[in-house]
Amino acid sequence: MTTPLRITYREAVKQGIRGALLADPRVFLMGEDVGRYGGCFAVSKGLLDEFGEERVRDTPLSESAFVGAGIGAALGGLRPIVEVMTVNFSLLALDQIVNTAATLCHMSGGQFPVPVVIRMATGAGRQLAAQHSHSLEAWYAHVPGLRVVEPATIDDARGMLRVALASPDPVIVFEPISLYNMEGDLTDAAAHVRLEGARVHRAGSSVTLVTYGASLWRCIAAAEVLAQDGIDAEIVDLRSLRPLDDATVLASVRKTRRVVIVDEGWRTCSLAAEIGQRIVEQGFYDLDAPIARVCTEEVPIPYPKHLEDAALPGCERIVDTVRRLLGHAV
Amino acid sequence: MSGLPDGFKRERGLHLLRQMLRIRQFEDRCAELYGAGHIRGFLHLCDGEEAIAVGVMQVLGPGDAIVSTYREHGHALARGVAMGPLMAELYGKRAGCSGGRGGSMHVFDAATRFYGGNAIVGGGLPLAVGLGLAEKLRGTCNVSACFFGEGAAAEGEFHESMNLAALWRLPVLFICENNLYAMGTALARSESQTDIQVKAAAYDVRAAAVDGMDVLAVEQAAREAVEHARAGRGPVLLEMRTYRLRAHSMFDAQLYRDKAEVEEWRKRGPLTTLTTRLKAAGLMTEDDFQALLREADAEVAAAVEFASAAEWEPVEDLARHVYAEEVTP
Repeated sequence: MTTPLRITYREAVKQGIRGALLADPRVFLMGEDVGRYGGCFAVSKGLLDEFGEERVRDTPLSESAFVGAGIGAALGGLRPIVEVMTVNFSLLALDQIVNTAATLCHMSGGQFPVPVVIRMATGAGRQLAAQHSHSLEAWYAHVPGLRVVEPATIDDARGMLRVALASPDPVIVFEPISLYNMEGDLTDAAAHVRLEGARVHRAGSSVTLVTYGASLWRCIAAAEVLAQDGIDAEIVDLRSLRPLDDATVLASVRKTRRVVIVDEGWRTCSLAAEIGQRIVEQGFYDLDAPIARVCTEEVPIPYPKHLEDAALPGCERIVDTVRRLLGHAV
Repeated sequence: MSGLPDGFKRERGLHLLRQMLRIRQFEDRCAELYGAGHIRGFLHLCDGEEAIAVGVMQVLGPGDAIVSTYREHGHALARGVAMGPLMAELYGKRAGCSGGRGGSMHVFDAATRFYGGNAIVGGGLPLAVGLGLAEKLRGTCNVSACFFGEGAAAEGEFHESMNLAALWRLPVLFICENNLYAMGTALARSESQTDIQVKAAAYDVRAAAVDGMDVLAVEQAAREAVEHARAGRGPVLLEMRTYRLRAHSMFDAQLYRDKAEVEEWRKRGPLTTLTTRLKAAGLMTEDDFQALLREADAEVAAAVEFASAAEWEPVEDLARHVYAEEVTP
């Protein structure tokens, strides 16, 4: 075990991309401003100089065309990493992702798998208002044919891209905007991460917090507050949003018998709804309390900080929900 | 209609006519099979547009990639997708060229690099750009050829794809089959500029309008376009001016056009004109033509027999092919 390296989430993602470019000549990165600008969140800064403009490819503002071109290049034998600035912008490429990337393998009877990786930033927390801050992971997680992951830790940010590129299927990688500046330890575990499977991030016995993405860190903060009250929360980081790892979630539920799902998506038709229903279907008799959800308020993300904070599933709301669930005074 | 070029060979003429007849007879039989309930879903036939499929495919090599639309039976047949598996696909049988999962609108064939069968208008264009990008980055001389209707020119993906292909000088052939109607909407009702090929100028893409009813004109234009693309000089848009002699799909009562207009175009049909030219030049007799027709009918009959006899995929296999059948990491 080597000494962990302290780096940012941004740097971890960048090292993942750099590692992939070094490891496989079929890999290239393309997207808006990934080259000369260095990436709109500075993720790919320096990669153009190192790998040249054939492999770090700036695109016009044509989400549908360059995402579709990534799909075509994957069919043509390459391993493209397509960067879309944010999930909000990815809606301009939704046709290519849902109608083409997700369907070709099936419609061709297995002849044409689509090994493309599409990265995009997601979520709120930077006061970017209602067209740059949404969490639409559930839209993609709804679609058979796609694999959807969201690295929340430094190790996953570093390691998930490698396994995403090794997948023969289209993989959507969500990177929470609010985590790019987060610092943490890069450990040896980054070299061994899997694409699928949830992970118990914090073991506990009183309640299970099921979450993913930036909300993992909200749950960690909440768990620390709850610990002061003697409430020992277990935190499950889903990591993969399609497929969902029911087994890890259910194992935790059987242990704690109480669940709060924390989801930065809106509550209606959310991943939280899906996870809750799966728990009901498979673990109803293991529950000692109704399943609770802490989601983003049903409002387009507002610009002012106090309103943005109030809209998100923050630490305080998680703590209150857990306390209420356990019958403690809020 | 012009005569044949000097030195035009009988065998060449018969080959082109044979290919177009295969498509026409196949499509006509499909219409019957649809009526009889053997083919279901949406069925879009390409009668009248055969010269484009056949002319373009003459100049493509086995390494080139093809992206097509939901009106793609002709492209697939001209490309060399076997007729039996194609018909089995229309039946939805496991022996179909897409394993039965696609049907008429989603014909795929890895062996001939036939990438579908895209039923989202304009959806195939970015794919073709990506296939062209892959060929360029892999350092081959292959091209990708993308067929689409003039209706796609109204989609953003047409414009985005033309720009991207030109910007990166990719070896892409954009082949617009302008049959004048996007389903039931006449071109002039949907485009401010009805001359599709002039749109290419905005993207610095080389373009030409071609008589899409003349297989020789199509072949010649495609040959020049492919040479241009293979030489690394960038994409080409060919606007093939053609006409769909049948309805848009089997649900179309054709209320939007006059029967007289269809009859006018029928006289200019690509099979009719080539047949007349070959006969006029003394390169083909009526007996020759009848022999070609019998040959095509026999191939279609065998394809129908193959499709009828083929097995259904067991329902237990329903969840297959959603993901690639390899171990994921």
